[in-house]
Amino acid sequence: MYAYDEYDEQIVRERAAQFKDQVRRRVAGKLTEEQFVPLRLMNGLYKQRHAYMLRVAVPYGLLSSDQMRCLAHIARDYDRGYGHFTTRQNIQYNWPELKDVPNILDDLADVEMHAIQTSGNCVRNVTTDHLAGVAPDEIEDPRPYCEIMRQWSTFHPEFTYLPRKFKIAFTGAKQERAAVIVHDIGFRIVEKEDGEVGFSVIVGGGLGRTPVLGKTIRDFLPKKHLLSYTEAILRVYNQFGDRDNKYKARIKILVKTLGVDEFRRRVEEEWARIKNGTLTLTDEEIERVKGHFASPEYNRDAADGRASIDDKLASDPQFKLWYEHNTDDHRVDGYRAVYLSLKTPDVPPGDATADQMDAIADLAEQYSLDELRVTHEQNLVFADVEVGDLYELWQKLDELDLATANIGKLTDMICCPGFDYCALANAASIPIARQLNAKFDELDYLYDLGELKIKMSGCINACGHHHVGHIGILGIDKRGEDWYQIMLGGSAENDASLGQWLGPAIAKEDVSDAVEKLVEVYLEKRRDSDEPFLKTLRRVGQEPFKERVYADN
Amino acid sequence: MQIIKDQKIVDDRWTRVLPDEETDPEDVELKPGPLLVSLAVWKARRDELVERDDDAGVLLRADELLDELLDDLEHLALIALDFPYFRDGRSYSKARLLRERHEFDGEIRAVGDVHHDQLTFMHRCGFDAYEPAEFFDLQDALDAFDKYSVKYQPDVHEKNPLFRRAKR
Ligand code: SF4
Repeated sequence: MYAYDEYDEQIVRERAAQFKDQVRRRVAGKLTEEQFVPLRLMNGLYKQRHAYMLRVAVPYGLLSSDQMRCLAHIARDYDRGYGHFTTRQNIQYNWPELKDVPNILDDLADVEMHAIQTSGNCVRNVTTDHLAGVAPDEIEDPRPYCEIMRQWSTFHPEFTYLPRKFKIAFTGAKQERAAVIVHDIGFRIVEKEDGEVGFSVIVGGGLGRTPVLGKTIRDFLPKKHLLSYTEAILRVYNQFGDRDNKYKARIKILVKTLGVDEFRRRVEEEWARIKNGTLTLTDEEIERVKGHFASPEYNRDAADGRASIDDKLASDPQFKLWYEHNTDDHRVDGYRAVYLSLKTPDVPPGDATADQMDAIADLAEQYSLDELRVTHEQNLVFADVEVGDLYELWQKLDELDLATANIGKLTDMICCPGFDYCALANAASIPIARQLNAKFDELDYLYDLGELKIKMSGCINACGHHHVGHIGILGIDKRGEDWYQIMLGGSAENDASLGQWLGPAIAKEDVSDAVEKLVEVYLEKRRDSDEPFLKTLRRVGQEPFKERVYADN
Repeated sequence: MQIIKDQKIVDDRWTRVLPDEETDPEDVELKPGPLLVSLAVWKARRDELVERDDDAGVLLRADELLDELLDDLEHLALIALDFPYFRDGRSYSKARLLRERHEFDGEIRAVGDVHHDQLTFMHRCGFDAYEPAEFFDLQDALDAFDKYSVKYQPDVHEKNPLFRRAKR
């Protein structure tokens, strides 16, 4: 993974020192809360319902074991013993004290981490495919470009006060796992017929109040122009994006208002003027950064472990289920990627305790080349596990409650913090996750349902990505009570689409019943057990689902 | 009024002619001495302002386009760019384009909601003068430039990004 040099280190240290001074001035009463707001927001510190919330950047979701240990230490010593992994592949702490935050930033800096640009109207943490570098269907590893983008966007003098927050995602694989189509800019690595590798550029996707799928504004961008092209997009957006209404300020609205052709014209015109300037990436720089993500020394004999695993697969059905559902193909023979489910019943989705984090760090060190990843579906991944180690690893994960074999299944739901933590929430989310877990506690039933993605947000801001859930759930406030709207048919993968509302909102206690009815209809209507929920829905339409859910009304 | 210019505290030498929208720009008085006028006054009284021996400058609101001034840059000694609130970042792009693309070498002044923590970004985008917002301690602000000794990106003063500048 990327290792800081003296320059990267200095930036993070200086930032921590600066914020320390700002907090000192605030605590001493020299800054009013009003003056302090923009400063703390620049450092990822929000005011939540009960306390401050600190969001720490996990660049493109990649963590070393030592970094994970630091995150565990922060959870233990400065928070209430846990942290929450988010759909942005970051981690949030819900209970830090203001006076401790400078120390937290210092501790993070010790392991090359920070909270820079995790909030505010700037370029946020760049995200990517959680299988980057190991996926068999990958054209090229996107992480070097994520890192190049991270550096370019860090304290960019011109783009620190954009109209709204700005999210960039990269993917290098054929199978879409980074949801690039719902980002402000999505870069998809593509290969031309002559073998040249570059990016297709998708702009103006996003969820929130006005969900939109991004539009491709350029089919092929040579790699060396990555930064100049991004600069052109942001310069157009910075000047012409709406500044009066925060709900119209995202780039998706600008693209819509201008029309994609006019937007593209402006970007290309701006780009033509800066295209071959100093931002053009040099081969040396690309190689330098790529060097940090070079393929590790894989054990050439790893595939020999398969025989012992085949025995276990035959003899231990629990292990077999976990293997089938919670591990994924690896481009190197003898290795697999392993998902650690943070969707264990009774635990809020995405949460991990300090003890779990420490144990995870140790396991990553032992079994997965000292690294792990955070997925945008709020799970963790060990990307480089030898097949021969899988059984042992599974047993250890099971002891830690991290081996629930539900990846991609109904209970592997995305869920924002909702009313329990978030000051913006209209309704609770976590109790809905709990309700669904209670209702769907039969794993066999979940497996029969196949891939079924539920995504839940506690308000229209859509941090839980409900528009792109096969089943999306949105919490609303109806005269002081929590009600829930359901939408069907969203996806952020290759077959991307936005969900459609099913009908009137549903009372809190009825949500899991409604979901049960939806899956009943699916089971009745599907052609066979190979036809997934989304496909059946697209074939038969919403009507039968709607009828069933609202039958009694 | 005192402002920061070239990272020093100095007295402001400019007189403002920024009538409200109700006032006909033809009716405003153009007194002797350097005048900072609104875009409306500039457009209405351009020739008069150019003819005078004293300097002229224009204050461009955040929602006014740079294009309005591009043909007149040689006549302007000052362009003031407004920050109606600190989160409105349009003027950063304008300052940078003025310096880098249009080679404007007069004063570019930040006015409006200008705070301590924005100065370093403003400076990098080509501003060289700053009118402090409320609560702004001028003396304190002098330390606010160059908060970060390492800069990844190119800017108005440093043409190369870090990857071209440093042996990494
Ligand atoms: S979707 Fe709404 S409730 Fe949920 S975390 Fe985002 S802002 Fe908070």
